Amino acid sequence: MDQIFVTFKHMLVSLVPAGSQPVVSDLLSVAALIGTFAALFALTTVLERKGLARIQNRYGPNRVGLYGFLQPLADGLKTITKEDLVPRSADQVVHFLAPLVLVVPVFLALAVVPMGRNMAAVDLDAGVLFFFAVGAATELAVFMAGWSSRNKYSLLGAMRAIAQMISYEVPLILSALTVVMSVGSLSTLDIVQAQAGYAGGVAPHWHVLTPWGFAAFIVFLIAATAESNRSPFDLPEGESEIIAGYYIEYSGFKFALFFLGEYIGMFAVSGLAITLFLGGWHAPLPGLLWIPSYVWFFAKLLALIALFIWVRGTLPRLRMDQLMHFAWKFLLPMSLVTVVTAGMWRFLPLGWARWAICSILVLGPFLLLARLLSSGKIAKRSYRYAD
Amino acid sequence: MTPLFGLLGFIIAASAVAAVALRNLVHCALALSVSFAGLAAIYLFLNAQFVGFAQILVYIGAVAILIVFAILLTGRGELERGAGFSAGWMIGLGVALAVFGTLAGLLLSSHLLVREMPPPAPTSVRDLGDQLMTHWVLPLEVLGLLLTAALIGSVVIVMKERGPR
Repeated sequence: MDQIFVTFKHMLVSLVPAGSQPVVSDLLSVAALIGTFAALFALTTVLERKGLARIQNRYGPNRVGLYGFLQPLADGLKTITKEDLVPRSADQVVHFLAPLVLVVPVFLALAVVPMGRNMAAVDLDAGVLFFFAVGAATELAVFMAGWSSRNKYSLLGAMRAIAQMISYEVPLILSALTVVMSVGSLSTLDIVQAQAGYAGGVAPHWHVLTPWGFAAFIVFLIAATAESNRSPFDLPEGESEIIAGYYIEYSGFKFALFFLGEYIGMFAVSGLAITLFLGGWHAPLPGLLWIPSYVWFFAKLLALIALFIWVRGTLPRLRMDQLMHFAWKFLLPMSLVTVVTAGMWRFLPLGWARWAICSILVLGPFLLLARLLSSGKIAKRSYRYAD
Repeated sequence: MTPLFGLLGFIIAASAVAAVALRNLVHCALALSVSFAGLAAIYLFLNAQFVGFAQILVYIGAVAILIVFAILLTGRGELERGAGFSAGWMIGLGVALAVFGTLAGLLLSSHLLVREMPPPAPTSVRDLGDQLMTHWVLPLEVLGLLLTAALIGSVVIVMKERGPR
């Protein structure tokens, strides 16, 4: 039951002549990946709208289908049949290519995330580095979209988005570094393998259940929210501030592609968070091992998506300078502290002293930095262009 | 010389030529990013996974963005027709061909090319890390110092521009 998809794929691949078997195997993985995550994207759009609506004390979409769950179908039909307007002064080639340059790397990033036992699309020796490399390539797509529209708001939104993405990439990679340090390998399959086993038959060996892992997980999630331009970090695409920022001039299917790219980016980085910190496809308790591994992965993924939707509906949007101060003056020192703590965790002798020292090492700087940031000692609002 | 290598070489050469020859500077920067991507593909073709991904992360994710920011913030979007091509291009072409011919002749007649090299052992990231931390640790630390100096220097330069108002 656990390996049902793997055996099904092996059976399909064996039907093809031996020369083209690797190609067909990869094509089947890619097709499965795209199909699953596009369906998950459709489900997430309606879940998000209903979730946000309930947080805001109203119903969400409830006309199309039972309780509104066929809304993505209506949205899809609308975006396909909408007229594709391109401004006459826009740069036609770059304007056309920008959504593609956004969507392709985020699907590539999904290839190294293991979704079940033996269910990673590719097993790369430097899997985590590959993930961050293709994540960095999406920034170029944002710039292409913003610049090619020949629209001042669009360009401003793109500049802000790139500044935000570059700033939050550093804490993201540093907090992932703690896990790589602890496991000793950049391969995602090795990282999931290192979180197997249960301490005392009850508690899993997940990285989130250690002091440095917990702090690094929170830093990773915050940086991931900012990387995917999700609220509360969605100033570059805020509807009330800058009229949807760098994808103002996109209509119809290209807009849907941007939307798809953002959501799949969110899934990819949640998948990496699950792989690095939440034990991948492992079950939380040894008594629940009979549930297949991919069910656990997607359950954790849905839990993280619910967390993202919850945070979006609850917190107000951050201003640009608040965003920058938060990244450079809070998250970066915090992630450096987690790196040091992860190192200390590895070399201290086992026992409660290790827990105590590492917890203090994480909580102390956190409280100090939070106090400094909120009291305005290290971050003041500056009106640079209004002076 | 497999077809894939030929295709990659063509992509790199074509995008590099486009990066020089296109009129719109941002198009040039984007064509340069394509050549970076082609170079990363060549690294992967040579089984150097770490270097290939680091190429994408550093060059496309940071250097290309730096280039486009520089183009945008210095305000020069379009070049006039004929800019970038000097009048003495024929002499330049002759000199380039002469240098290429000399280098190619020297390399092809060198005795180093005749020796049979055994195929290199496949290196993993762990081997790279081991070497960096034992044999090459001094260059690594010096590089770190250099990058820190560059970072501090850039901040100092920007701070000075907004000096006492």
